[in-house]
Amino acid sequence: MQTTMIPEQIKQADPYLAAFERFASNGAEEPQWIGQLRKSGMARFSEIGFPTLRDEDWRFTNVAPIARLPFRPLLQPVRGDLPDPTGFNFAKIESSRLVFVNGHFAPELSRVLPLPKGAQITGMANALANDGALAQKHLGRHVRLEQNAFAALNTAFFTDGALVFIPAGVEVPQPVHLLYITTATETGATAHPRNLIVAERDSRVTILESYVSTVHGAYFTNAVTEFVIGEHATVEHCKFQDESPAAYHIAALQMSLGKNCDFISHSIATGAKLSRNNINTVLGGEHIECVLNGLYLTKDDQLADHHMIVEHAKPHCNSHEYYNGILDDRSRGVFHGRILVRPIAQKTDAKQTNKNLLLADTATANAKPQLEIYADDVKCTHGATVGQLNKDSIFYLRARGIDAETARRMLIHAFAGEIIDRIRCEPAREELDRVFWDRLEENPHVADVK
Amino acid sequence: MLEIKNLCAGVEGREILKGVDLTITAGEVHAVMGPNGSGKSTLAAILAGREGYEVTQGQVLYNGVDLLEMDPEERAREGLFLAFQYPVEIPGVNSTYFLKAALNAIRKHRGEPELDALEFLSLVKEKMKLLELREDFLKRPVNAGFSGGEKKRNEIFQMAVLEPKLAILDETDSGLDIDALRVVAEGVNRLKRPDNAQLVITHYQRLLNYIIPDFVHVLFDGRIVRSGGKELALELEEKGYDWIAKHEAVTA
Ligand SMILES: Nc1ncnc2c1ncn2[C@@H]1O[C@H](COP(=O)(O)OP(=O)(O)OP(=O)(O)O)[C@@H](O)[C@H]1O
Repeated sequence: MQTTMIPEQIKQADPYLAAFERFASNGAEEPQWIGQLRKSGMARFSEIGFPTLRDEDWRFTNVAPIARLPFRPLLQPVRGDLPDPTGFNFAKIESSRLVFVNGHFAPELSRVLPLPKGAQITGMANALANDGALAQKHLGRHVRLEQNAFAALNTAFFTDGALVFIPAGVEVPQPVHLLYITTATETGATAHPRNLIVAERDSRVTILESYVSTVHGAYFTNAVTEFVIGEHATVEHCKFQDESPAAYHIAALQMSLGKNCDFISHSIATGAKLSRNNINTVLGGEHIECVLNGLYLTKDDQLADHHMIVEHAKPHCNSHEYYNGILDDRSRGVFHGRILVRPIAQKTDAKQTNKNLLLADTATANAKPQLEIYADDVKCTHGATVGQLNKDSIFYLRARGIDAETARRMLIHAFAGEIIDRIRCEPAREELDRVFWDRLEENPHVADVK
Repeated sequence: MLEIKNLCAGVEGREILKGVDLTITAGEVHAVMGPNGSGKSTLAAILAGREGYEVTQGQVLYNGVDLLEMDPEERAREGLFLAFQYPVEIPGVNSTYFLKAALNAIRKHRGEPELDALEFLSLVKEKMKLLELREDFLKRPVNAGFSGGEKKRNEIFQMAVLEPKLAILDETDSGLDIDALRVVAEGVNRLKRPDNAQLVITHYQRLLNYIIPDFVHVLFDGRIVRSGGKELALELEEKGYDWIAKHEAVTA
């Protein structure tokens, strides 16, 4: 007779609860509403626990390795030597830069350019200690904790992050760069960056976000970023996840979009052993243009997962998702794109594509498109492909004298270029283009992929 | 320059070329004509080195060396050029970048210095005029979104830049309107030199009004069944391929 295996229950919230009690008892100087927020996060986490493969939204991504990590929240800023941020990607771009070390704002490494009147770019802990009104209005109001244990955990344990506020009508000419550096070497060291970006009506801003490390440890970044974007605002967001290959990275990105706004968000993922972006956008006004654009490059046993929900809550909006993956060795790419069109959201135009290029037979791609359409006058399309390089293209290039390896590289680069070319911020685009070119150059496999 | 001897080749056990003999000497223009399915494109593809064909017999010598042993890129660097019947669209690969990489690979092979961006640009601008191409053409990805005619022009433009010793034009006339045909043919003619050769594959005599061949060969059912001067093309045009078919049936 066969016995049914009971999968390991990973709702062991105890160590987290204990850590939370210690943490909360030290948080006396925090405003009360934050304490409440944290408690609600902790309560939610205790209730739902980490997801398992039986959760529909997590069926391709097993987070048991994260659940098994010792929980070591990085609650104190680093004492002593700070890392040199200048060697990391995006660091040479002319920008207002906030640097976070192990999740804590490092003013010594940061520099904010002169800003137009009323604009604020600052560390979250600072903002909460000084005038918490803005944060209070938005923090935790957008991200949904009920289905997201990681966001709940972040809500319980966050210590710092970025607060960006761009008032109505203001344009910030230089990008804002949020640089997260992990230096912690202990397994399970966990940073909980918590960001809030508010761009009021008619404002314009570009946010660059990058996650890097100086170490190769099995640390964990568990980030939450809430975007609140007003009417007619134009916002570009470009995230580059380039964590240590042994690290874990989970991020929730919650966007609340106002009418007529133009929002584009890029997610470029090359790092981490396991990464997952939960991208939720709510198109809460008419005539919104929303583009979610992503590229992941994985090797060895990396897993890069992008899960998104695009909710059309008002008519006449356009949303496009373009995600390309380049997967080598035994690595995996996961894409889950859910488009939800509410009954009122007529004249919705929603498109979604996910294309994967496998550089090795042992790499896998999982794509799950999910359309839920409750309005009748809409255009929704989706497409997913998994494949190898086009043989005819390779032959064409070789027939012109280009060697096979260069030909393959050109084609893989072109595949990445489809995504990178959508980045509007020119220095970021050029830099990422170079990063991909260099990483493909280093890849020994490109020489013999078919 | 090129000696094809008793070339037999096929795909997946099916024989397509059944003993092709053809010799091309520098300075000559040869035309290969033949009905649909006679093996013209197969011949061109094998010469350029496309994978997937099985050569069962025969030999191809290119300047005295075994062509079939060479990789496609080696053939190109040695001066062989195929103008594709169906040029491939390669989105994301910029035309300038592609062509410069190709030209420099060939120049390097010849022991010539690579061209820098400026030298390359002035060279291509000159060649673009030859083909009456618009300037924005080079900024676009290779063939992506090009019309049928633009693709064919692009092939000949590449030929003009790469200056091959032996150019094989596979149905370059198909899909061209009469003006484009003239431009393309003039381009090809201007590239003719005493030290290079051209092999023009076509169905129709039309192209041969512009590109005057020294020799015309008729490929029929995988074999060259007839060779002659340019008047053979006219005769074919007049009598049609049926004439060859009947004749073949009689002699067979
Ligand atoms: N890859 C292939 N697999 C199977 N059959 C093939 C393949 N390539 C060519 N053939 C067959 O071989 C024969 C010759 O084809 P080829 O394209 O060389 O003819 P062609 O003379 O160029 O014809 P057309 O004038 O129509 O272009 C055809 O019957 C074709 O179907």
